[in-house]
Amino acid sequence: MKTNRKTIPMPMRYLINTVLIVLFILASTLFVNSDAVSGYFTKILMVIGINIILAVSLNIATGYLGQLPLGHAGFMAVGAYTGGIFLKAVDAAKATGGTYYLYVAAALVLSGIVAGIFGILIGVPALRLKGDYLAIITLGFGEIIRVVLTNIDSVLGFDLTYGASGLKRIPKITTFFNVLLCVVLSCVVIHMVMKSRHGRAILSIRENEIAAESCGIRTTYYKVMAFTMSAFFAGVAGCLYAGYLGSLQPSSFGFMKSIEILVMVVLGGMGSMLGSILSATVLTALPEALRAFSDYRMVVYSLVLVLMMIFKPTGLLGQYDFSLSRILEKLMNPKKSAGKKEGASHE
Amino acid sequence: MAFLSTLFSQVINGLQSGSIYALVALGYSMVYGIIMLLNFAHGDIIMVGAYVVWMSTANFGFHPIVSILLAVVVSTTLGVVIEKVAYAPLRSSPRLSLLITAIGISFLLENGFQLIFGAGAKVVPDFLTGPSVHLGSATISFSAIVTIVVTVLMMAGLTFLVQKTKLGKAMRAVSEDMGAAQLMGINLNTTISFTFAMGSALAGVASVLYLSSYGQASPTMGSMLGLKAFVAAVLGGIGSLPGAMLGGFVIGMAEALVSAAGLSVWKDGVVFAILIIVLLVKPTGLMGKPMTEKV
Amino acid sequence: MKKFVSVALAATMALSLVACGGSASSAASSAANSTASSAASTASGEGGTIKVGVLANTSGDYAIYGNAVKNGVMLYINEINGKGGINGKQIEVFDYDDKGDPTEAVTAFNRLVDDGVTAVIGSVLTGATIAVADESYAIGMPQITASATAAGVTVLDPEDPESEVRTNVFRSCFIDPFQGEKMAEYASQELGAKTAAVIFETGNDYSEGLKNAFVDKCKELGIEVVSEEAYTKGDVDFKAQMTTITSKNPDVVFCPNYYQDDGNIVKQARAAGYTGTFMGGDGWGGVAGYASAEELEGSVYCSGYAAGTDDVKTFETAYKDAYGEDVPNMFAPLGYDAAMLMCNALSAADDQGLETGSDDYKAAVIDAMKSTDGLKGVTGTYKFDQYNNPIKSAAIMKLEGGKEVFSEMF
Repeated sequence: MKTNRKTIPMPMRYLINTVLIVLFILASTLFVNSDAVSGYFTKILMVIGINIILAVSLNIATGYLGQLPLGHAGFMAVGAYTGGIFLKAVDAAKATGGTYYLYVAAALVLSGIVAGIFGILIGVPALRLKGDYLAIITLGFGEIIRVVLTNIDSVLGFDLTYGASGLKRIPKITTFFNVLLCVVLSCVVIHMVMKSRHGRAILSIRENEIAAESCGIRTTYYKVMAFTMSAFFAGVAGCLYAGYLGSLQPSSFGFMKSIEILVMVVLGGMGSMLGSILSATVLTALPEALRAFSDYRMVVYSLVLVLMMIFKPTGLLGQYDFSLSRILEKLMNPKKSAGKKEGASHE
Repeated sequence: MAFLSTLFSQVINGLQSGSIYALVALGYSMVYGIIMLLNFAHGDIIMVGAYVVWMSTANFGFHPIVSILLAVVVSTTLGVVIEKVAYAPLRSSPRLSLLITAIGISFLLENGFQLIFGAGAKVVPDFLTGPSVHLGSATISFSAIVTIVVTVLMMAGLTFLVQKTKLGKAMRAVSEDMGAAQLMGINLNTTISFTFAMGSALAGVASVLYLSSYGQASPTMGSMLGLKAFVAAVLGGIGSLPGAMLGGFVIGMAEALVSAAGLSVWKDGVVFAILIIVLLVKPTGLMGKPMTEKV
Repeated sequence: MKKFVSVALAATMALSLVACGGSASSAASSAANSTASSAASTASGEGGTIKVGVLANTSGDYAIYGNAVKNGVMLYINEINGKGGINGKQIEVFDYDDKGDPTEAVTAFNRLVDDGVTAVIGSVLTGATIAVADESYAIGMPQITASATAAGVTVLDPEDPESEVRTNVFRSCFIDPFQGEKMAEYASQELGAKTAAVIFETGNDYSEGLKNAFVDKCKELGIEVVSEEAYTKGDVDFKAQMTTITSKNPDVVFCPNYYQDDGNIVKQARAAGYTGTFMGGDGWGGVAGYASAEELEGSVYCSGYAAGTDDVKTFETAYKDAYGEDVPNMFAPLGYDAAMLMCNALSAADDQGLETGSDDYKAAVIDAMKSTDGLKGVTGTYKFDQYNNPIKSAAIMKLEGGKEVFSEMF
């Protein structure tokens, strides 16, 4: 331990980070809204953003808590349908000015909360199980959510989800700015929770549940909390998805969607938020970049997946996480300067 | 009387589809028992087996027996090769990486076959034909009889193999404690390969039975079948062979009876609900060994 | 301190630029690629090109339908390019796979917009098509689908008869309710059915759409629907449902699904001992190979595409020459007709001498499409109603001796 190591004082760190985040949001929004970026790229960036939220939210349960839920698409579906039905009900498309933004914010929060409630409902029984059994029981819940969304109307006797033909004409509230703001907020909130006392409790459960419990950590409480948080952000992503697409079908939220999200997390490195962000970006952009190979692209995608796992089983970044302060401190202590230029995001 | 005969037919329907689930579930269960891997590619091995039958009967006009043997041999080889190429290098990696590899292999097989053979279903002409049996007003088709009989025989054979032979003992030893088994002089690689070979051979048989009942092979046929069989394996207690068989039959029966009750839209929901209830009441499945956790 | 902040900021910006730049260059390369591939087929281009986008799901679960549509579309476009194109302008095709996924379809559509297309043919599956229609309606891009049969494709709210119509979106296929009603009438008038059962794929809007229309019409016509059975996507086991249906022994069984499932359903129904008549919608086209002749004998379905009649012989030969296989299903001829309708509208717009790709040009294409009258395609003669749905009569096809034979217009 070097005694003369320079560090940045705490309030300063917050200030730097806040300023950078605000600048980042402003700059990229201005950039994307300028004519330099076409509609196509904006759409892809929006999908990337939604996938990033899904990946970082699953990363809470997979990377930080060390469990393996396979029903993440179910929470996304709950959020998407909640948001979609709410936006349609208040007719957000016709609202103007402040009311419009109020509706959008309300839809996002509401979707998150309803998905979070489902997280608690499913988490409490499911988290009694461990490992692969937890994986399977969440898979079961995810599938049940999909089946219910498909068939609930015939039980209720009125149109709520519009079953197989799908919920249509959802006001398209999702813009690049919305997505970016949600991505940044999700990352910041998750980051802050994970750096707090609660976050450390969650990590300790991952490392050794029995030891954690014997240290007086309420393991069930923290497991359900992490799971709920994971569901909350998946719900927010679902709402953005509903507002992006304008129509929803239950079949979009099947088992394969959950797998798709899981692949992003594992490929990026479990427990690394930066890894989730990077791999969500790469895996969303990759099939688009491979459009030229049309027929072969899915084969290439699966090959990349297998090879990646064989040669780098811990994922792209392992458990490495990005910290601006750490890099700044390295720069301030030139002896140790590793010269790493990770300029990715905004924690 | 009419009701009884309908019910009887439905039970036979359940047993027939349950048999196929059970055979596939056995493969999942054996592999899980030995290397703790949820082998998602297992369902796709059935798909490959089905395409082999299609190729050899419809394209080359081989005798059904030859096609069947060919399907079993190809499935078995494929299973072993996948293990050697994709899973063996990852034996000491985090288990999730192994899982993702299995998913990747599954995608690869599905998309690869779609690329080669096209997305459409291939029709396999009836190659197992025989008289159907009439019991009162109920009809039992020949394929149902063959499926159920073959499944029971395969299970008996497998049980014998695992309980009585040396390789079977080795398998059980490895699944009990991999390190200790290795110290006792058991060749880990051979045993694991053997397990994969057994599981995949069963998948090969399942693909033949599948075709005799449903007559179509398509690139994505393995995914839903695999998922259901996997649920069956967990339901019965993953790692337990009698459990896998029981699980398969329970799923098959549940599907048939739910459909018979006119609730077929809820079929998948019911299957997963049964799974959840069983797991919550008895977390290791119907016939799984209780887990003890070491500190 | 400022230095570090600015370094970090610059790095952040650089990364976001790289992210965008990266996809831009890949886009350029793939655009170049598809230009190259279409240039190969359109060597004799002079007087510019007309860019047309094609969206189809050529991979994924329902790829067989997407491939058929794409083949049909490309067949027509290659034919017209071979004849010198539209007013000497070759049609340049940008085709993208959407995997049948609405999200992918929307990005692919925006990619097409970037590529500067004048019109879009697609997509194939209803969910993807509606998502694309939302986008195309907003910018007034002419769009025609060959296969999305749900009423909600061309109107915003199918429940509301006064609903706003997506004026730019057309289709070359029947809509769901039409077929269901037709078959109920046929069952009542021609087959004298008193009882009926249905088996449909739950979660599939085509299947559910036909089923609902059929059941409603049956009630109106006094046919008793004794059983409504369902299955889910990917199911191959229908024995339980068929056993139930058999025990109620209805005069007809309506199965408004796609031919692979229908073949299987008929097979398993016969195994369960059912002897009545099967009926279906246009999804049945191509069913003959999927169950034996005896099992299918006497089944009827309605189709826009009367396979085997003289009208379509030319098409079938051309398809076989181009792709080395028989016409796989009705989606290929519908794709062909969709391309024909679109090219016809493009040529009408082009005659006005507008600038290709401009908004006026697109509006002219939409107007020309709307006023299509009496254009003869493979699947019938086209004219659009007020909801942009084609008005064509249904051909009744009958299964006789393992062949799908044209029976009558109904």
